[in-house]
Amino acid sequence: MISQFFVLSQRGDNIVFRDYRGEVVKGSAEIFFRKVKFWKEDGQEEAPPVFNVDGVNYFHVKVVGLLFVATTRVNVSPSLVLELLQRVARVIKDYLGVLSEDSLRKNFVLVYELLDEVIDFGYVQTTSTEVLKSYVFNEPIVVDAARLQPLGPAAIFMQGTKRMPGTAVTKSVVANEPGGRKREEIFVDIIEKISVTFSSSGYILTSEIDGTIQMKSFLTGNPEIRLALNEDLSIGRGGSVYDYRSSSGAGVVILDDCNFHESVRLDSFDMDRTLALVPPDGEFPVMNYRMTQEFKPPFRISCLIEEAGHLKAEVILKVHAEFPSNITANTIVVQMPLPKYTARASFELEPGAIGQRTDFKEVNKKLEWGLKKIVGGSEHSLRAKLTFSQESHANITKEAGPVSMTFTIPMYNASRLQVKYLQIAKKSSSYNPYRWVRYVTQANSYVARI
Amino acid sequence: MAPPAQSQRSPSPSQPSGKSEVSDLKLQLRQLAGSRAPGVDDSKRELFKKVISYMTVGIDVSSLFGEMVMCSATSDIVLKKMCYLYVGNYAKVNPDLALLTINFLQRDCNDEDPMIRGLALRSLCSLRVANFVEYLVGPLGSGLKDSNSYVRMVAVIGVLKLYHISASTCVDADFPSILKHLMLNDSDTQVVANCLSALQEIWSAEASTSEEASREREALISKPVIYYLLNREFSEWAQCLVLELVTKYVPSDSSEIFDIMNLLEDRLQHANGAVVLATIKVFLHLTLSMTDVHQQVYERIKAPLLTLVSSGSPEQSYAVLSHLHLLVMRAPYIFSSDYKHFYCQYNEPSYVKRLKLEMLTAVANESNTYEIVTELCEYAANVDIPIARESIRAVGKIALQQYDVNAIVDRLLQFLEMEKDYVTAEALVLVKDLLRKYPQWSHDCIAVVGNISSKNVQEPKAKAALIWMLGEYSQDMQDAPYILESLVENWDEEHSAEVRLHLLTAVMKCFFKRPPETQNALGTALAAGIADFHQDVHDRALFYYRILQYNVSVAERVVNPPKQAVSVFADTQSSEIKDRIFDEFNSLSVVYQKPSYMFTDKEHRGPFEFSDELGNLSIGGEAADNVVSAQRVEENDKDLLLTTSEKEETRGSSNNGSAYTAPYDGSSTSVFALQTHIESAISNPTAADHSPQASLAIDDLLGLGLPAAPAPPSPQLKLNTTAALDPSTFQHKWRQLPVALSQEYSVSPQGVAALTAPQALLRHMQSHSIHCIASGGQSPNFKFFFFAQKAEEASNYLVECIISTSSAKAQIKIKADDQSTSQAFSTLFQSALSKFGIP
Repeated sequence: MISQFFVLSQRGDNIVFRDYRGEVVKGSAEIFFRKVKFWKEDGQEEAPPVFNVDGVNYFHVKVVGLLFVATTRVNVSPSLVLELLQRVARVIKDYLGVLSEDSLRKNFVLVYELLDEVIDFGYVQTTSTEVLKSYVFNEPIVVDAARLQPLGPAAIFMQGTKRMPGTAVTKSVVANEPGGRKREEIFVDIIEKISVTFSSSGYILTSEIDGTIQMKSFLTGNPEIRLALNEDLSIGRGGSVYDYRSSSGAGVVILDDCNFHESVRLDSFDMDRTLALVPPDGEFPVMNYRMTQEFKPPFRISCLIEEAGHLKAEVILKVHAEFPSNITANTIVVQMPLPKYTARASFELEPGAIGQRTDFKEVNKKLEWGLKKIVGGSEHSLRAKLTFSQESHANITKEAGPVSMTFTIPMYNASRLQVKYLQIAKKSSSYNPYRWVRYVTQANSYVARI
Repeated sequence: MAPPAQSQRSPSPSQPSGKSEVSDLKLQLRQLAGSRAPGVDDSKRELFKKVISYMTVGIDVSSLFGEMVMCSATSDIVLKKMCYLYVGNYAKVNPDLALLTINFLQRDCNDEDPMIRGLALRSLCSLRVANFVEYLVGPLGSGLKDSNSYVRMVAVIGVLKLYHISASTCVDADFPSILKHLMLNDSDTQVVANCLSALQEIWSAEASTSEEASREREALISKPVIYYLLNREFSEWAQCLVLELVTKYVPSDSSEIFDIMNLLEDRLQHANGAVVLATIKVFLHLTLSMTDVHQQVYERIKAPLLTLVSSGSPEQSYAVLSHLHLLVMRAPYIFSSDYKHFYCQYNEPSYVKRLKLEMLTAVANESNTYEIVTELCEYAANVDIPIARESIRAVGKIALQQYDVNAIVDRLLQFLEMEKDYVTAEALVLVKDLLRKYPQWSHDCIAVVGNISSKNVQEPKAKAALIWMLGEYSQDMQDAPYILESLVENWDEEHSAEVRLHLLTAVMKCFFKRPPETQNALGTALAAGIADFHQDVHDRALFYYRILQYNVSVAERVVNPPKQAVSVFADTQSSEIKDRIFDEFNSLSVVYQKPSYMFTDKEHRGPFEFSDELGNLSIGGEAADNVVSAQRVEENDKDLLLTTSEKEETRGSSNNGSAYTAPYDGSSTSVFALQTHIESAISNPTAADHSPQASLAIDDLLGLGLPAAPAPPSPQLKLNTTAALDPSTFQHKWRQLPVALSQEYSVSPQGVAALTAPQALLRHMQSHSIHCIASGGQSPNFKFFFFAQKAEEASNYLVECIISTSSAKAQIKIKADDQSTSQAFSTLFQSALSKFGIP
């Protein structure tokens, strides 16, 4: 049971504010914002998603820079409220197509309409985009998606490759296409976030894949859908979870664990690894999975630090792409904290490098190397010359690092989990909706120690 | 830095200031009010939107009330909704004008479109004006009977709203019993769920004054209602509500428990973390008294929890991680193979890292310590200094858990060599704690500590630690007297009283070990100390000075008594608090790591308070009295002997709040009496002053009461197989004797398993001539009081033994008539306990 719900902009303005029970002081939004902004005096630490001020519990989630907040005086389930906030954001996004400060401001009346139906007197009524359709009458005012940073992992399809109909992901579930006809289509995205930690000698200390099969359906008449996954997929691992010895055989995909959206029926899952569901409107995760089975990391990172005379040192960073050459990673950023007493850094890129940038962040003494894209199989390197303001006593490698990396690799998935086919129950022989099955891999925490 | 105080809601520059715009709007609304022109609804929509947007940013638009109501005569549903929103917001401050809206809302409540009926009813009930309640009863009554489920859904919540405006009106109209009927019969599950929410609130509030309400509330967790609810298909949110209710249900036998668990099994694979956690709570609570099944539940929920932690938003994963943290702390050995999941990722926020560090510390055991410590050492060089500090502390805690001390000592010493001041500071504190527990490591540690220049140590805690070591090991550190001397010379620059206190003691210790070198420093220190403005420092200096004057050898015994290594460092959180938090699983208590009474006021404790009071209810009618339950809560918080959750106990026994059972028929004196004795002894120190115990304590302080060295274990200690002790003598002795030994043993897995039947332990110990006088508790915490007698003489040993099956540890307190043999007895006791469960 919650007492209030509100959305704040990055500057702390109320965009929507709904008080359901009148139990919490009026100025709660300001109290909340001040607390979040000045959580620790040094500004170093983030406020946790749940905290208590004067008997009022504040919950918040950050979505595209906006703060979705709920308050209550009651000792509720935190995961329920946080899940609810996230879901409210998703429902709003389903309606507006794009979730941003601008779209919220333009459509706040519609948002109020939604909020009235989602929560009544603090109790959740429904968060189903589909059910809500019959209660909501405002037409969304669509904002220009191109300029805005959209919500959710599927948004990455909008960058890069032209094959992806980027605008479709930012389509509202209620708005009609300019032509007046709705396009029949369904999107299935396999999104994997990978975490790898390499030891200083280059071997893998830990690795994990957290994956989601995300679906967004624009099919009329709610036909049943069957999703077939790898037949040799197995779930659950005996014994120690981190059992790297098991030579996982060719092609066998072993998930540690997974969970499913409530619309998914698993009748034949054990037999042929098929998920059956009638997809509700809007975006939702069909299945979340977790895998610690060994996999080939997409990048190898090597880092060398050498003292180069008095108050000087040289860093050589190398990144090698281990995936096939028909695949290209994009928006790569490599970061490395340098010793605190680093005064200057000058960079030397490899000859003929294009689409690369380098930066030395004076404030937090960080080296940053950005690459627009990396083609599979290639290797790139960076040489940085550091100048120190004072003599270092200890080993430089203890004062610097670790090297971390973020990237996005479209049409690549590290787990080899696949959607073998996507079957839509046919209404007529001419019914042939567009199906988009897309893969993408992103770095979650990709770290090499030095 | 504090943000500038914003006393007034000042709109940011981009937002209009208000006044003129509002009067402008007023004019435009008036023009449109009566108009029937085509397209007028569109213009109204635009105006309404403006009004609502002003309202949202905090501009007062209440002056438009009349105009808004006039414009609301429309069939346009979007307009209607905006108008309802506006009215709901301002009715409370404008009750007179709000009366204007009653008419059109009542009319809309009879509209033929169920959508309009529902909306109007909801708005009507949201006005929150006490004078209007008479207008609500009629529409609510028909709303509850409406053929459309949407209207019923709204009406049920409407009843709850009415209850909060005027409880008596709601009860007099007999709405609660209508809701009860709907809850058990409605075809729409959201209506059912809303009834449940409303009834829980209403009956909980009414229970304090009405016996009927408290009976009704109790009936919610009766078997028929629970089974009915379990068998209906609810939305994910309503499921959470029902599952929370199920945790309060007490099944009659184990087959029922398994039925419920089998029914709910698939909920563990739900993508909604709230459903999974609610299910886990049911599983954990149902199996509390079935140790082995309880353990299986832990195994079963591990994977789903880990999946939830790594999927979803960072916020959701934090909420789940907090719960995982709680479980790991309760049963670390179950998670010891999953330690890699608790490694920190560089981009995680500090609050996540902190939880993970604690979990890593908890799960460390013989097989994974090396890897965990290696990982923690990586964080020690982290750019995030607070986390680096905590990582070092974590390493120290693991070291104190006594696994692989050797390697860890090496690491700590490496920390000292890292030459980062905060690393050095943390490491010094740890080395100190380590030496207190493992004096045998002094040689290696001291060699390194001796190399640290005290000038590089600034933090009071670290400085105090260094000084303590200088004093304690001055015989092994060449420079100790001179370092101390230089510190004493800078007495005035030392701002921390803690450091000065330590310095006094250290100089004293050093003096007894190396008098000629320290004499000067001691004189200076005592003079400076006596002149110190800090009361404690002054007192201590004076005490040292006088005791030295009185008798140097007594002074030496006071300052440098033979030391026993510390076996267990005090836990920061009592097990009562931990159990309480566990009882409140899937609530904020877990995230805050505090039981709810510490952060919510009584009336807002919500459904979680429910269980406590219910426990009282089942005892009898007197529970309607709120004062009783409040007292009980306090009593339990103070309770020293009661370690298990009181919920089951209050339910299971009569009013004394204790479920201990005495195994002997003859001993009718309840342990509760013993408990109050102890409490009074502690809460009443002045009375204790005159008891023999007090003088004993002073002897201890002076180091006179203790034997020069622990007596060597005497294997010939024989126990009387037919010892007898009546409970009142036990109580008396327990109160009088000091604790001779306090230790923690590990319990074998077989022993843990065999504890499903605690009686087995009593029989087992009896076969070793150790008799039980009282026992109690429930899984995972059991408590026993044992006694034994020497075979040849009437010398007693009393034992308090708390066994936690979740951590597989037994905490033992031994008191003995003959203290010199307590170590030998402890050995006997431990060997007897270790054989438990092994055939």
